[in-house]
Amino acid sequence: MKKADRKRSVPLLELAHARSGDKGDTANVGLIALKPEYYPILVKHVTAACVARHFKGMISGPVERYELPNLHALNFLLHGALDGGGTISLKTDAQGKVFSTALLRLELELPK
Amino acid sequence: MKPRSATVRIAAGQGFWGDWLEAPYRQVTGGPVDYLMMDYLAEVTMSILQKQKSRDPSLGYAKDFIPLMERILPIVAERRIKITANAGGVNPRGCAQAVAEVARRLRLSGKLRIGVVTGDDLLGRLDGLLARGHELRNLDTNRRLADVRDRVVSANAYLGAWPVVDALRRGADVIVTGRVTDTGLTLAPMIHAFGWRPDAWDLLAAGTVAGHTIECGAQCSGGNCLVDWERIPDLANVGYPIVEAAPDGTFEITKHPGTGGRISVAGVTEQLVYEMGNPGEYITPDCIADFTTIRLEQHGKDRVRVSGVRGRPATDKLKVSIGYFYGYKAVGTLVYAWPDAYQKAQAADRILRQRLADLGLKFESVLTEFVGADATHGPLARASAPLDQLPEVQLRIGVRSPDRAAVDRFTREIAPLILNGPPSVTGFAGGRPKPEEIVAYWPALLDKGMVEPCVEVVDV
Repeated sequence: MKKADRKRSVPLLELAHARSGDKGDTANVGLIALKPEYYPILVKHVTAACVARHFKGMISGPVERYELPNLHALNFLLHGALDGGGTISLKTDAQGKVFSTALLRLELELPK
Repeated sequence: MKPRSATVRIAAGQGFWGDWLEAPYRQVTGGPVDYLMMDYLAEVTMSILQKQKSRDPSLGYAKDFIPLMERILPIVAERRIKITANAGGVNPRGCAQAVAEVARRLRLSGKLRIGVVTGDDLLGRLDGLLARGHELRNLDTNRRLADVRDRVVSANAYLGAWPVVDALRRGADVIVTGRVTDTGLTLAPMIHAFGWRPDAWDLLAAGTVAGHTIECGAQCSGGNCLVDWERIPDLANVGYPIVEAAPDGTFEITKHPGTGGRISVAGVTEQLVYEMGNPGEYITPDCIADFTTIRLEQHGKDRVRVSGVRGRPATDKLKVSIGYFYGYKAVGTLVYAWPDAYQKAQAADRILRQRLADLGLKFESVLTEFVGADATHGPLARASAPLDQLPEVQLRIGVRSPDRAAVDRFTREIAPLILNGPPSVTGFAGGRPKPEEIVAYWPALLDKGMVEPCVEVVDV
């Protein structure tokens, strides 16, 4: 059996909800498992490296990840995401409000 | 005086300056509350207010606060509800004076005491602080404040809950502050009501988490809530959140009966992670709260119980929010219609950029977004959007420069495209975009000992 056959693609939108905001030029995305049993999947598959790849070309700095197992949530800091941030930014989303749903566009390759 | 009850009810009335004007009124009339908490100050608000004050020394506070007080003061005076609000901006005394005038007009003389918290404003002290070796380095870039000193327009230390507690202890009913933290406005009533000690770190952290939960108003009671958003009931009539706090640091988030919105674990969780940095250390002037210790449980309809919060000692620094003049920006928009809406907007963007280059205009940044295609999700959206079939696209192009003349010239290059660029263009009713001054945000730290909060309580 080919390796690809043993995987299925699952939109993150089906596993989590999210809210995002800003601190200067950094956007934060809080990613919350829709069910507690999804949280380990998020921990394993939605890594800082994977989020950095997802947002390639949209952010200029690194991605940090923090875990909140008590809330079944991960918090991502996307540095250099807001064109300078706050009042400096020329972006529609100068305060990073919709990076949340942008992250939910991620497709996870999960074992079948 | 009414007897102390086991719990204290703190209602959120404003999540930011410009929030729903009906919310505070509904909070004080929709059911029992002990305190009304209103957060007015965002990072850049102080510099806007400082600018207003420099034009008229009697201004510099959130002006909407005064007609709001006029509407609710008779009710809060009758029901003995106390108000904590950082509406004072850079002129808390001016704000308090205006509130006092309103109160007298409403014949509330002798029935109300107003507390004023100041001492956060460092603008007049900056040179002294710099001379004494406080560098106020930018927390993000590590640059010294001296580099931009001559462009600074506002500088305010974030004060915590304790000056507000002081005002409450001295009998203030309405407390108007300058830059007090959002969370401090909620924590202070708990400290006051329960007699929490300054080193009761777990309790102070719990009150801080309570403050963070309700500081954005309806954002924790169904507003801007992604999970199950279509089924959140009656947002037209949304109930703003209320903290029901207990002396042991546990609390419940709820709202008045009969209001819309929803208080759920999922919705409260969304608010908890909002604007979150390192969740293990949420630093305020009062304590360090550990958000990884928070336990949430649904405790009935529209009621979430919060417990388990752990805290650590506060740091010896205060955060300082400094506003400095950065340059100018302007954003222009045009709307292109089907067919080939996206392609026409792209062509217009290319033409505009060529004209700007031909004019020899220099910008620090030129940013183009195609609203309807990629403005919010960038390349992630373009990959899947039917770009050939979009019914319409808004071309949105912004420029930023230290040179006002360049920005001003840019604003004159948008309208000509209507007649001399790609076809099927409309949506220019707003006229020529206006160049905007940019006041940028400079976060820094300062030794706590350098800031002396000042509390005054006056009878009306």
